[in-house]
Amino acid sequence: MNWGSAAEFFAMGGYGLYVWGSFGACALLMILEPILVRRRHKNILRILRRERLADTFDNQP
Amino acid sequence: MSNRLINWFKFASPQSFYPLAGKMIPWFWALAAIFLIVGLYISFFVAPTDATQGEGYRVIFVHVPAAWMSMFLYCVMAGWAGIGLALNTRLSGMMAQAIAPTGALMAFLSLWTGAFWGKPMWGAWWVWDARLTSALILFFLYIGFIALQAAIDDARRADKAGAILALVGVVNVPIIYFSVKWWNTLHQGASVSIMKSPTMATTMLWGMLIMALAFWMYSIAVILTRVRAIILEREAHTEWVKALPEVRGESR
Repeated sequence: MNWGSAAEFFAMGGYGLYVWGSFGACALLMILEPILVRRRHKNILRILRRERLADTFDNQP
Repeated sequence: MSNRLINWFKFASPQSFYPLAGKMIPWFWALAAIFLIVGLYISFFVAPTDATQGEGYRVIFVHVPAAWMSMFLYCVMAGWAGIGLALNTRLSGMMAQAIAPTGALMAFLSLWTGAFWGKPMWGAWWVWDARLTSALILFFLYIGFIALQAAIDDARRADKAGAILALVGVVNVPIIYFSVKWWNTLHQGASVSIMKSPTMATTMLWGMLIMALAFWMYSIAVILTRVRAIILEREAHTEWVKALPEVRGESR
């Protein structure tokens, strides 16, 4: 175990800004990217469903 | 032999790759989560304090995986682009297009975490050193690929133009890798190399490798999700897409 307390853990031996700045940026972007990608997939599915619905109305006599 | 060929081409079609990718995604997320938990635990609680860099060296556990993935994904992207150019298969261009944003993200993270490591250790966020400059060029190559594809309306023509850019840009990957040997750089040499045994503590090495696996599995999961969206966007007017259960509204 490297850390005596939580405060010591967050201080990172004086390198807190740099260590957490790096891990934080990775965490932020690697949470954001999957959300955006999933939204893109949901969006095209919504468009396709709407088009299909429009098609069924067009094909009615 | 002929059987194998048929199977390959079966999964090379967007129609059969779409459901296959959908089945694989949860497994890659699970692997990413496992490697991430183990990797982070080693990064912060097992790996010892560095003798010269103190706790500041812990940036390595995200910096090296991001940098490796940025180079590896570029090679995979160029590989798919090259296959698309040679065989004119539909899925190849979609794969290349799906990889580019995640590759760009990894290239950005390698530069960002590099800056946050360079500042305390070298006293500068950025220097025009061969390693840093070639890594910046890699980031611009990804951006250029994305911008070029976005600028061309016809998807197949966009794939071809992008493929040429991607293939020409591959020359940059060995330049990044060997830059620390070829030039006198501020950036340190490789601590892990296929030519010699690693020059770092075993627990640090394991932490780095497991974090690299986590980044790898994450990339595959995100890229497969994105390629599914791209397949639907490009094949929107085909019969098989209209017949998909999620489009027919039978399942959500």
